[in-house]
Amino acid sequence: MIRIENLVKTFGAKRAVDGISFEVARGEVLGFLGPNGAGKSTTMRMITGFMPPSAGRVTIGGHDVVESPLEAKRLIGYLPENAASYPDMTVQGFLNFTAEMRGLRGSRKKQAVARVVDLCFLGSVLRQSIDTLSKGYKHRTCLAQALIHDPEVLIMDEPTDGLDPNQKHEVRNLIREIGRTKAIIFSTHILEEVDAACTRAIIIDRGRIVASGTPDELGRPLEDVFRRVTLPDTAKAA
Amino acid sequence: MRLIWTIAKRELAGYFTSPVAYVFLVIFLLLAGFFTFTAGNFFERGEASLAAFFGWHPWIYLVLVPAVGMRIWAEERRSGTIELLLTLPVATWQAIVAKFLASWLFLALALALTFPMIVTVNLLGEPDNGIIAAGYLGSFLLAGAYLAVSCMTSAMTRNQVVAFILSVVVCLFLLLAGFNPVTDLLARWASPALVDTVAAFSVVTHFDGFQRGVIDARDLAFFLSVIGFALFATGVVIRGHRAG
Repeated sequence: MIRIENLVKTFGAKRAVDGISFEVARGEVLGFLGPNGAGKSTTMRMITGFMPPSAGRVTIGGHDVVESPLEAKRLIGYLPENAASYPDMTVQGFLNFTAEMRGLRGSRKKQAVARVVDLCFLGSVLRQSIDTLSKGYKHRTCLAQALIHDPEVLIMDEPTDGLDPNQKHEVRNLIREIGRTKAIIFSTHILEEVDAACTRAIIIDRGRIVASGTPDELGRPLEDVFRRVTLPDTAKAA
Repeated sequence: MRLIWTIAKRELAGYFTSPVAYVFLVIFLLLAGFFTFTAGNFFERGEASLAAFFGWHPWIYLVLVPAVGMRIWAEERRSGTIELLLTLPVATWQAIVAKFLASWLFLALALALTFPMIVTVNLLGEPDNGIIAAGYLGSFLLAGAYLAVSCMTSAMTRNQVVAFILSVVVCLFLLLAGFNPVTDLLARWASPALVDTVAAFSVVTHFDGFQRGVIDARDLAFFLSVIGFALFATGVVIRGHRAG
């Protein structure tokens, strides 16, 4: 479903993403690991068509993200970093808006909104405006937005960031559940999530893939593997 | 088209869920009233027209329109919702047009709420309502031109204050290029052809016709091309900072 070939992104002289290639098939959940600033978010922004790549290709379900962006974007649900959403809207208003943007109208829109409200436990805050919500609810609202059109491909930038342990558990279960029939990529720097939710993981550092495989193939404990293949911030500066 | 309407609807609703809309409407109406009746000597003129009203619009809009437009893209960039919006299946130009139209509609509403002016002048005398209608059309286009410029400066930064100041400066240029004291000053040393060329870039020059009740295709084309150009530039800016 997701095919990435030699993806490169440069900002001025800096190569934020430096020749990344991988594929994600239906039924796979890919964990995207790496230290802060490794290029995870940049890669995801290119996959979702927000940023054009400097070189390389991304295809979603056969549609090139640069050449036929609308077809590709229709297949994708995206949870951006920090779960950005419009603070002045109510949860219901926001979900209605994204449903309409996805071409859902009338009863199909109602069904879609009801489905994700159920899935993300948002029933009690439907009429609250988003800026009054706690971080967990904000996050789940944005996740609901990503799921509203039942996308074939789900891209999530740190979906469990800022959630409490119960919420993390729920989100992981949700990812695993959805991942049976969809292609999912999610980034995280919580290593236990790889075991909890992923079928495969990729570790990137300074824009390059440094390790890849199933959690078992990568070896255990994962933390040691991670520390071995990536450099700490302090080393990067030198 | 449907997507444009969906985004525009959301934007418009956004104005009215925050105090921005109400503050703007009240200030606009107060200023319009003050300038017309006090500074514009509406009664002392002794003529049944809204010249005193429209004459001030380029100046009132100079401050108020950038205040409406500054948030259009800067806010999306600051809060990160731009990422959400532009990864939805919508073309960038559609999002730009939708956000512009929503704000323009809002300004149209503010303008429409000045209807007591028309009532007043019709009660007091017998004005030419055709001239008034042309004045409103011109004023609407003028607001659109300033707004499109604000859209462009708003896309350049995530800081609304910077967007506001840049926009006021650009609009001020569009205004002063045809403002009489400035053109008189220019005329002292520049050739008349140059003065006319500079003045041709001014919104004042092109707004004049509308105030006299003349709807000239050239004036229409001027305003529409300022809007078109500024929105096109907005698209270039938005694509530019994503391209890195």
